[in-house]
Amino acid sequence: MITTRERHRNILDFALSSLGRRAGRNLSLLTMYCLLIFVLASLLFFVSALKREAARLLEDAPDLVVQRLVAGRQDLIPENYGAGIAAIRGVAHVEPRLWGYYFDSWNGANYTVIASDKPTVKDGIAAIGSGVARSRKIHAGELFPLRSPGTEPLLLEVGAIFPGTSDLMAADLIILTPSDFHTLFNFPQGKFTDLAVTVTNRKELPMVAAKIAALYADSRPILKSEIQRTYQSIFDWRGGMILLVLLSAVLSFIIFAWDRATGLSAEERKEIGILKSIGWDTSDVLLLKFWEGCAISLPAFLCGVIAAYCHVFFFSAPFFSPVLKGWSILYPQFQLVPVVDISQLLVLFFFTVVPYITATIIPNWRTATMDPDAAMRS
Amino acid sequence: MITLNNVTKTYSLSKPGEYTAVHDVTVELPARQITVFKGPSGSGKTSLLTLIGCMVRPTSGRIHLHGMAEQFPFQKDESAPLEITGLPERFLTTIRRTTFGFIFQQCNLITGISVLENVMLPAYTTGERLSKVRERALLLLEQFAVVRHAHRRVDLLSGGEAQRVAIARALINNPTILIADEPTAHLDSKLSHEFMEIVFRLKQEGKTVLIASHDPIVTDSVQRDRVVELRDGVICEQGSNR
Repeated sequence: MITTRERHRNILDFALSSLGRRAGRNLSLLTMYCLLIFVLASLLFFVSALKREAARLLEDAPDLVVQRLVAGRQDLIPENYGAGIAAIRGVAHVEPRLWGYYFDSWNGANYTVIASDKPTVKDGIAAIGSGVARSRKIHAGELFPLRSPGTEPLLLEVGAIFPGTSDLMAADLIILTPSDFHTLFNFPQGKFTDLAVTVTNRKELPMVAAKIAALYADSRPILKSEIQRTYQSIFDWRGGMILLVLLSAVLSFIIFAWDRATGLSAEERKEIGILKSIGWDTSDVLLLKFWEGCAISLPAFLCGVIAAYCHVFFFSAPFFSPVLKGWSILYPQFQLVPVVDISQLLVLFFFTVVPYITATIIPNWRTATMDPDAAMRS
Repeated sequence: MITLNNVTKTYSLSKPGEYTAVHDVTVELPARQITVFKGPSGSGKTSLLTLIGCMVRPTSGRIHLHGMAEQFPFQKDESAPLEITGLPERFLTTIRRTTFGFIFQQCNLITGISVLENVMLPAYTTGERLSKVRERALLLLEQFAVVRHAHRRVDLLSGGEAQRVAIARALINNPTILIADEPTAHLDSKLSHEFMEIVFRLKQEGKTVLIASHDPIVTDSVQRDRVVELRDGVICEQGSNR
C-alpha cells in the first residue's frame, strides 16, 4: 500500500541526491539566487527599520506645527501668532521654535541648528550630533567656530555630543541657546521659525488646525501624522529608487533561472521517460521536480535572508546606507533596531521562490505527460 | 498469458512522415515462458514490446493480460482478462510499476547516481520504506554479482555490469513479466550467454520473459521457449522451441 509520507520522503531523498549530479550548474544557480535574495531582503529590512526608527523618533514631535507663508514660501512667524493660537479652545500649549540650517563651507555639509532653553546648552556652549563632530573632527570640550553675518565668527564650545542611537535624527544637529541662535543668523527679535502646538485631545487636531488656518490666513498648520507620512514616503521612495536600479539584476536572474529551469536537455527528457517506464507516475515526476526546485530555492532564500539580516542589523548595511539614510554629506552612523516585516518577507518569497518552482515544474510537466516511449525519444 | 488482437501502431499519424511500425499483429504469449521476438532492425520488435509494456498506446487493436486482474483494484471482474489498451494513464502506471520489469537496449540507467540508487528507483514511488527497498536491492545486486559496485556511480560500470544492474532494477518490484529490448546488443558472447542463463533462472522462478533481439545467441538459444519472427511490422513466423 502506498503511504504518502514515505513516497514523499523517498522522492525527496532521490531529489537531493539528484542535485549532486549537476553540481556546477546547481551551485551557480544557488549562488545567484542567494545573492539576489540577499540584496532584495537587505533593502526590505533596511527600509523597514529606517521607517520604524523614524516613526519612533517622531513620537516626541509636537502634535501640530504652525508655519507662516509669504508669497507661497515659508517666512518667520511673529510672536503674537502664538498668543492668538493659545487662545483657541482645545490648545494646551504653544511653543515658539527657533531653528534653521547652517551651510558649512569648510566641508560642504549642512547642519540643522535648533535653539533650546534646556540646561544642556548655555550661551557659548552647544550640543552637537555625532555627524557634526565627525565632519569637524571635534570632541566634547573643544571649541568650534561658525561663520555669522557679523564681522566676528561665533565661537562655540562642544558641551555634549548626541549618542549614535539618535543618529538618524540628530547626526547633523547643533543645539544652542536662543541668544547664540540670534547672533549666529542675525535673527530678528520677536520672530520665530514656527510654532509647536500641543492639543488636549488629539482627536480634535484637524479641528484645531482648521481654526488656526481660519484665524491666520497666512498660516500653514502641519499635523504630526503628515510629517510621519512624509518620512515614510521618503524612505519608500528611496527604497523604490534602489529597487529600480536592482531591477536589471532581478531581470537577469529571472532570465538565468528561467533558462536553467526550463531548458530541458535531451538527457533530462530521456530521464523522465525512463522514470515513467519503470513505473513513475506523472505526479511522481512532478513531485521530484518540485522537491528539486525547493532544494535550490528554499536554502537560497533562507541563506539570502539570514545574510541580509546580518548585513543590515549587525553591519549597518554598508551597501545601502549612503543612499537610504540621507542625501547629506553627514551620513548617520547608528545601529538599526532589528525589525522584520513578515508580510514583506512573504511577498519576497512569493515573488522569487514560487515563480522559480513553477518555472521548474512546467517544462517537466510537458514531458511527464507524454508516453514514456515518446519522452525517451523526444 | 498476454494476447494481442489486431494491434497496429502508427507513429506521426496523419502527419508527414507517418510510419506504421506494427501492423495488425495478433499473437498469444504464454505465461512463464521465454518468448523471443526476432527480426531485422526496423521490423517492429521494439514497438511491439513497448505496446505490451504499456509504454505507448496502440493506434488500433487490443492487448489483454490474463490471470492478473486480481492484482488491480480497478478491474471489477476478476475472472475477465485485463484489457490494458483503453486504461487511463494512472492505471497504466500502476501496471508498469507492478507487472512489468524493463531492460532496455542501452540499459537506460540514470547516470550520476549510484548503482544501488538506480536499482531502488522503481520502488521509490511505491511508498515502501527505503530501508526495506535497499535490503532487497542489495540482495538482487548480490544475486547478479555486482554488489561490490553498489555505491559506485553507474557511469563507471562496464557494459556487462550495467546490464546486470538493469536486470536488478527491472526486478526490484518483483514483476510478473520481464521485457528486454536488445539486451545483448552491447555485450560480448560470453556475457550474452550469461544473460540468457539469468533469464532462464528467472523463468524457472515463474516469470514471463519477452525479449526482442536479432542476436543469434538469444534467438537460437536453447533456453528460449518460443520465437516470434517479425518483418516490416508483421508476424511472419512463430514457433516453439520444443
